[in-house]
Amino acid sequence: MPTADELRVVALSLKVACWGVGASLPLAIATAFVLARKRFPGKTLFDAVVHLPLVLPPVVVGFALLVLFGRQGPLGRLLEPLGLVFSFRWTGAALAAAIMGFPLMVRAIRLAIDAVDTRLESAARTLGAARARVFFTITLPLAWPGVVTGALLAFARALGEFGATITFVSNIPGETQTLPLAIYTFTQVPGGDEQALRLSVLSVLLSLAALALSERLTRRAGGARDA
Amino acid sequence: MLELDVALERGAFLIEARFASGAPIVALFGRSGSGKTSVVEAIAGLVRPRRGRIVVAGRALFDSAAGIDLPPEARRVGYVFQDALLFPHMSVRANLAYGEGLTPARDRFIEARRVVSLLGLESLMERRPATLSGGEKQRVAIGRALMASPRLLLMDEPLASLDAPRKAEILQYVELLRDELRLPIVYVSHAIEEVTRLADHLVILSEGRVLAEGSVAAVLAREEIVPLAGRFEAGAVLETRVSGHDEAFGLTRLAFAGGELLVANVDALVGEPVRARIRARDVALALEVPRQASFQNVLEGVVDAVGREFGGIVDVDVRLGAGERLVARVTRASAARLGLAPGVRVYALVKAIAIDRRSVGFA
Repeated sequence: MPTADELRVVALSLKVACWGVGASLPLAIATAFVLARKRFPGKTLFDAVVHLPLVLPPVVVGFALLVLFGRQGPLGRLLEPLGLVFSFRWTGAALAAAIMGFPLMVRAIRLAIDAVDTRLESAARTLGAARARVFFTITLPLAWPGVVTGALLAFARALGEFGATITFVSNIPGETQTLPLAIYTFTQVPGGDEQALRLSVLSVLLSLAALALSERLTRRAGGARDA
Repeated sequence: MLELDVALERGAFLIEARFASGAPIVALFGRSGSGKTSVVEAIAGLVRPRRGRIVVAGRALFDSAAGIDLPPEARRVGYVFQDALLFPHMSVRANLAYGEGLTPARDRFIEARRVVSLLGLESLMERRPATLSGGEKQRVAIGRALMASPRLLLMDEPLASLDAPRKAEILQYVELLRDELRLPIVYVSHAIEEVTRLADHLVILSEGRVLAEGSVAAVLAREEIVPLAGRFEAGAVLETRVSGHDEAFGLTRLAFAGGELLVANVDALVGEPVRARIRARDVALALEVPRQASFQNVLEGVVDAVGREFGGIVDVDVRLGAGERLVARVTRASAARLGLAPGVRVYALVKAIAIDRRSVGFA
């Protein structure tokens, strides 16, 4: 059985991943929709910026976050009076997770929106539905399997996120020390191998559970369509 | 009443269409690529014309001069697509209810129950679109459009993807809409049989232009539209009524102001209106009534015009007693031998079997 300390690490990891994915999902859906359906000048550049975290070394992303969102960073100073502090907090770990997972989420959702026949949306409009209603009743439900896939990919990425997190919010037990960081810490002390192994097993179980959950959600959406 | 005068661009293709009609069913006829679909998409608000005006029942949906361009959801124009386009993630019931819920109660003119029974959808309500046949899908699509209580129904080749029996079935439903609901319909098709059966007002589009418009009989009698309109044969349309059946010989008598036609048994009651299309190649001409010939129908008339010649053949317009028109296709040699010229009295010989059953419809 996992110890209380181990459970605390798992709980923190889940909290960071859930917040990271949950808070960025609406933005990812909006970004995916814009990339799939809109044409505007600078779209290629926008697309590239969205995908940047996928190709940059995670440490660079973490460093950029440190510069921007640190106490003395331009965004950090702006957000501090609003009660939003990221540096050396679990919220910072969630932010790092969100940014690293964002391109994966956008890609999956965009593909799904691309696959929705725009003429179905036209049909809905001739029946009296305004654009926003068409999006929520036609486009989004039909793209739902892609949304689930994207969220799962981002969630898995968040659970495994290491480089950006440790660079941005350091490795503080109970605050920013997620599973990968805890495993890394144990591998750095003599005789910590057993604990590192135990946490690794927990990490595998967590990933499998997330995969099973997403299968269920996707199958429900797909089943509803073909039944 | 539908008034339309628009110019719109599809890529490099310019479409300029203009027509007005208060007829129950207006048919837009032309080969594919003639701009039919673009015109109905403009009526629905799915494409924006470069300029022009679209007015339905006195309400301007689009008017570039006045700066009016209502979004599709505010137009109250129903659209039945060729491939139905049912929402795949919803049951038939939810598909039908989609537009109903978005229509203010005071604007609704039809109840769900009536739509369901009119189109025979009772047993399909809980099914998903993926499990429906082509004809069932199209019936649900018609029902879905009706439930939004439109002021005008656009039907864009609704039969194109169906087999012959399903076509006949859906045609009957379209006639039902016209007769029971008095809902004006714009019907797009490239099949002449559907057009002669349904339309009251016919608009022929070719290369993005209106080539001819008017009553079905008048437009189809104009032979110059023949080569341009594609899959279509020169001929004339007569509006008739069933005056009797000859059970022994399996014939039906169709009366019209200028005479009577004998055709192979038509499934209609005495007194019912029937529209008969007579192809030019099934009409021959004679200067006197032939004796002992197999022609069942001999109609007296006067040559109105000797039309365009192509090859050794010429189409002759004949005006019958009460002003109806027939087109006869004869060889140039015969025309010369008989001395056919405007004003010459002739007898048009029509084979009884020449009247195409499929195009005999209720006018």
